[in-house]
Amino acid sequence: MKAVELENIFKSYPIKKTSVQVVDDVSFSVDDGELFGLIGPDGAGKTSIFRILTTLLLADKGNAKVLGYDVVKDWKSIRNIIGYMPGRFSLYQDLTVEENLEFFATIFNTTIRENYKLVEDIYKQLEPFKTRRAGKLSGGMKQKLALSCALIHKPKVLFLDEPTTGVDPVSRKEFWEMLKRLKSQGITILVSTPYMDEAKLCDRIALIQNGKILKIDTPQNIMDSFDKNLFAVRSENMFKLLNDLRTFNNTESCFAFGEFHHLTLKDNDINISDLEKYIAQSGHLNATIKIIKPEIEDCFMQLMK
Amino acid sequence: MLITEKEIVIKTDKLTKKFGDFVAASEITFEVFKGEIFGFLGANGAGKTTAMKMLIGISNPSSGNAQVAGYDIYKQTEQIKKSIGYMSQKFSLYEDLTIKENIQLFGGIYGLSDKEIKSKSEELITKLGLNTEADKLVASLPLGWKQKLAFSIAIFHQPKIVFLDEPTGGVDPITRRQFWDMIYEASHNGITIFVTTHYMDEAEYCDRVSIMVDGVIKALDSPENLKKQFNAKSMDEVFLMLARGAKRGE
Repeated sequence: MKAVELENIFKSYPIKKTSVQVVDDVSFSVDDGELFGLIGPDGAGKTSIFRILTTLLLADKGNAKVLGYDVVKDWKSIRNIIGYMPGRFSLYQDLTVEENLEFFATIFNTTIRENYKLVEDIYKQLEPFKTRRAGKLSGGMKQKLALSCALIHKPKVLFLDEPTTGVDPVSRKEFWEMLKRLKSQGITILVSTPYMDEAKLCDRIALIQNGKILKIDTPQNIMDSFDKNLFAVRSENMFKLLNDLRTFNNTESCFAFGEFHHLTLKDNDINISDLEKYIAQSGHLNATIKIIKPEIEDCFMQLMK
Repeated sequence: MLITEKEIVIKTDKLTKKFGDFVAASEITFEVFKGEIFGFLGANGAGKTTAMKMLIGISNPSSGNAQVAGYDIYKQTEQIKKSIGYMSQKFSLYEDLTIKENIQLFGGIYGLSDKEIKSKSEELITKLGLNTEADKLVASLPLGWKQKLAFSIAIFHQPKIVFLDEPTGGVDPITRRQFWDMIYEASHNGITIFVTTHYMDEAEYCDRVSIMVDGVIKALDSPENLKKQFNAKSMDEVFLMLARGAKRGE
């Protein structure tokens, strides 16, 4: 049995007189014990998919199941076995840290003590502040409390909607380390993120844009399936280089990528010396060109076109 | 970037902000030059927002000095506000006004004449390719377009400096890069860019970068020099080395 299954899910919202298709024929499944990532920018439909799976929103069309339970018929059973951390902080701001956790344990008929082992790793960082009201916590601490509350009833499947958005790179790395430890305890995790660099930390990912799935596979397979040579180019004047590369007659795409610009060519078999010559003729000093392996972000941009 | 004479547009000297015993920003000293793209990085809670609020004239420092666009941040906050542009991920435009109305509103706030607003807004709408959308509500635009429009409006009155607080959060990868194309262009036209981001590839696009840890500026240099200094392959590594030691959460 799959932990999560979606089959041809559609969802639209009315806006003024028109309607916007936010989930457009989405199908995928998540295996038991898998860490599955839904990767895409704001407005891709990630949150709607999470809300459909957590039984908080009805799809217009299609079927979805969580651990074999239907999201419409069996919503009560689903709610008992999942943990959900919404993108927006949704705990009780006027309860303390400890009261929030106790509240969530109680409504799921359990106690903090019974499942303490599962949250210990995360919650012990909050314990010095356990009498502080949740509304007074910092962003990073709110995130840890929300995760603790989503875990305290020992869910089988964990839904995390953009847990790292707006979080600095250090805290993001720590958060993903926590997820890895949860996965090793057998919890299935469906997580969404707009940060492409986090995709590599998942077992499998679905790249999503404008309500449509662009691709589903392991990060490695997606990177391997990039069908063009990818060049990384730099020179002393990166802004001029970007414009020059874009006007090169053989350029298919050229994007800034941190320290280098990433370039693909229409004619994949072009002699690299032609490119070198062009760059030198454009007046660039100390230019370097190398062929590199694509990142998930390269793949995403290629699929977006 | 066009730095011919290295004109200084932001200068701070031991700028400090305390909340009770808590020192949110401690003796911050740096300079930013005209037309420079200056990346202002730091972990959540490092004191970036506190420092930025002082620089844009909406929060009084506890001690220290600073001039922004040549104006004193204690006494001339109103002049500062007129000389700068500001946009953030959270607040940028009025969703229930149309694109045209937003431009008119901000143009008016910054004291442009009706005539100027009219001619410049047509120019802007054409440049952004939004002619057919000009009379639609901003709410109906995709996020990436909103952010591009918000940036254009933030520099509509030709400010000396534009402050960008995480302008590209959540934006798709292609639009994120188009946004940086706009930043480059503005900097090329002499507007100073003061930008915060959590994307470390974007730190590479800055002329210089400062990294704040626990209220203090721990490092400040060009991305290239910082990588050399910390013997790191990427800005991500530099950031991790500095921010891992942070004691403060947000």
